[in-house]
Amino acid sequence: MDNQLYMSSSPHVHSGETTQDIMRAVIYALLPACVLSIYYFGLEALLVLLLCTAGCLTTEAVCCVLSKRAMTLSDGSAAITGILLALNLPASSPWWLALFGSIIAVTIGKQVFGGLGHNPFNPALVARVVLLISFPVQMTSWTSPTPLGHGLDALTAATPLGEMKTSVMLTGQLPASAHSGFSDYLIGNMAGSIGEVSALAVLLGGLYLLKKKVITWEIPASYLGSVILFGGMFWLIDSQRYPDPLFHLLTGGLLLGAFFMATDMVTTPITRSGMLIFGVGCGVITVLIRLFGGYPEGVSFAILLMNGATPLIDRYTRPKVFGRNPYHNINQTPAQEN
Amino acid sequence: MNQKTFVGGVHPADSKHDSDTKPIEACPLPEQLIIPLSQHIGAPAEALVKAGDLVFKGQTIAKASAFVSVPIHASTSGQVIAVEPRLHPCGKMLPAIVIEADGEDHWDPSLEGIDPAQWTGDELRQRISDAGIVGMGGATFPTHVKLSPPEDKLIDTLMINGVECEPYLTADHRLMLEQSDKIMDGIDILRRVLGVKHTIVGIESNKPDAIACMAKAGANHGIQVQALEVKYPQGAEKQLIDALLGREVPSAGLPMDIGVVVQNVATAAAVSDAIRLGRPLVERVVTISGPAVAEAKNLRVRIGTPLSFLVQQCGGNKYEVSKIIMGGPMMGQSQLSLDAPAVRGTSGLLLFGEKDLAKIEAGPCIRCGRCVGACPLHLLPATIASYATLGMFDEAEAHSALDCMECGCCTYICPATRPLVQTLRHAKGGILAKRRRS
Ligand code: SF4
Ligand code: SF4
Repeated sequence: MDNQLYMSSSPHVHSGETTQDIMRAVIYALLPACVLSIYYFGLEALLVLLLCTAGCLTTEAVCCVLSKRAMTLSDGSAAITGILLALNLPASSPWWLALFGSIIAVTIGKQVFGGLGHNPFNPALVARVVLLISFPVQMTSWTSPTPLGHGLDALTAATPLGEMKTSVMLTGQLPASAHSGFSDYLIGNMAGSIGEVSALAVLLGGLYLLKKKVITWEIPASYLGSVILFGGMFWLIDSQRYPDPLFHLLTGGLLLGAFFMATDMVTTPITRSGMLIFGVGCGVITVLIRLFGGYPEGVSFAILLMNGATPLIDRYTRPKVFGRNPYHNINQTPAQEN
Repeated sequence: MNQKTFVGGVHPADSKHDSDTKPIEACPLPEQLIIPLSQHIGAPAEALVKAGDLVFKGQTIAKASAFVSVPIHASTSGQVIAVEPRLHPCGKMLPAIVIEADGEDHWDPSLEGIDPAQWTGDELRQRISDAGIVGMGGATFPTHVKLSPPEDKLIDTLMINGVECEPYLTADHRLMLEQSDKIMDGIDILRRVLGVKHTIVGIESNKPDAIACMAKAGANHGIQVQALEVKYPQGAEKQLIDALLGREVPSAGLPMDIGVVVQNVATAAAVSDAIRLGRPLVERVVTISGPAVAEAKNLRVRIGTPLSFLVQQCGGNKYEVSKIIMGGPMMGQSQLSLDAPAVRGTSGLLLFGEKDLAKIEAGPCIRCGRCVGACPLHLLPATIASYATLGMFDEAEAHSALDCMECGCCTYICPATRPLVQTLRHAKGGILAKRRRS
């Protein structure tokens, strides 16, 4: 037994869950939304998904080579950024838009800060907002879904949130569709970005992540909860002008944002109470932008703004250290046991 | 079963099944015993013997050198062949008394048991101190010190730790099954010394047989047994008290500050032996386990038995050993070699092969917050570690780095496999060094 013995300080065991495992689980969780989007938007969606993923992976590899760092493709984070970016784009995105977005996401969104773990903002959302500002036309030409085999020519259409914004601006009233289309919203039969279309598929992925304990409940629950409460408040005030909470919940990118982007660990608070504050902040900002802002959808902006506030939130939500509670010596307050 | 617990912690696989059904066996007498003078927290003992002296089993061979110190006894009869530095489980060469066994294993005839009911608390405490009894859960803090609270500290609860939350270890489990009456007797003596009635025994719920056995034995003594959720570090004093009483030991304070004294079950059994039989602490139960050991066992081991001898008793190793751990895998110490002896704090000896060791390269912190959720003291391990890495010890201290009890939960759980507790130890060292300088 005189072979080399490993000497190390404790602990000598590990939970076995690694960063790769977490990233892999997130990719699995995104699959239902990907599959459904291909069902609805056909090859166009598949192409955007492939372009973005390949674009992000390539950019990451190039960055690693240029900055002479170890190759980080295997950590899985670049692939997730690619998929999330694709899910945030319209199915009709031209190829160059997808590639340009990927390069922005990985370089400006992540690598300039030093790579995984150091970026303050969610890379996919950074890219989405850059694209939205630079190419507003391409970024807002939504097509309505045409399930495979149900006809080939996609029609341009407004998203439910876009329709709402236009209608409220023109008439001061919600459009008729805002009162009806829930079953369509649920299964994804509405216009929107690739990943927004099915609430159900996104929810499934989100629940998988919760079940596998990859993410914790705090952010999705406080985000969705505050949208329901805050959005619901306006609806109670004027149900002709403001949509009901279910509409808020099922349309646009809310579920995708709440389960997959607001839970991006790197860019969100590290403490439990910080996560709750983060979620509530996202919810309030999302509702405000949707109802009163210049853009129909506010999820991306809300999450990015709260990403920016994360260092501050972390600073003010330090948990109370064990043993620092004003608990008393039994000599002051005799303990009542049995 | 109503199970109590604390906030935080982790759930490592308990890996106890290889040894938890194995009754405690007496480990045979080795040819030589290496008995270090430092086997406890506090000042090392001072040797009273020299090479050539003949000793009885149980004879005091080194005396306590301070209040926080304990004497050391010969764990068999024979001849002292050397008093010299030997490999200590801590990895250093430290003074030890080496005894060549005569094979007779003769107890010192002057050792006599007493009936605790006839003696005062102070006298009993002195006997416990003379018997060299220390906390046997692994911390090895001299028991008589814990039993000597200052006048102004009122103690209302004696807590008995039967948690054994470290994976693999089953020594306390077996002891509770096989010697519950002796443990109860020891508890009665401890209560007498402290003048405390209220006693709770905490046991993790993965040992239902031990809970049942202890509850039965405790019923006649008015001792309550409480099941605890299986979670590491449930057996850490602060977490145990929090779970059982809902009291928080103040930061940098001691359990006695909130009226509690905690003793381990094996310590209670040792106290009973010391008083009733007059026998000092010369042996303890050690779990020898780990995937690379041929047969996992719980052995009653004389203090000073070389680790290699223990492995032989278990049929040797199944395959090449790459890591030897004394204690449990969460807080135990890796060993340089099997030449080191078993000491009073040796609760386990674990052997691992190359394939049993997960070696994953550390990646960047992904701020997942898992370390924050796992820290039983509610610290921010990731934040403190990043300050420490940058040498910013003042910030680390402001984030309560000194409170860290080095339980290792943060490192265990970190998906980026960052060496968090290791960095925290470094930070604590840095902070203390800075304090000394100023
Ligand atoms: S080792 Fe220290 S910082 Fe890490 S979990 Fe334990 S107490 Fe917290
Ligand atoms: S567990 Fe590791 S990766 Fe997660 S926040 Fe803590 S240090 Fe960072």
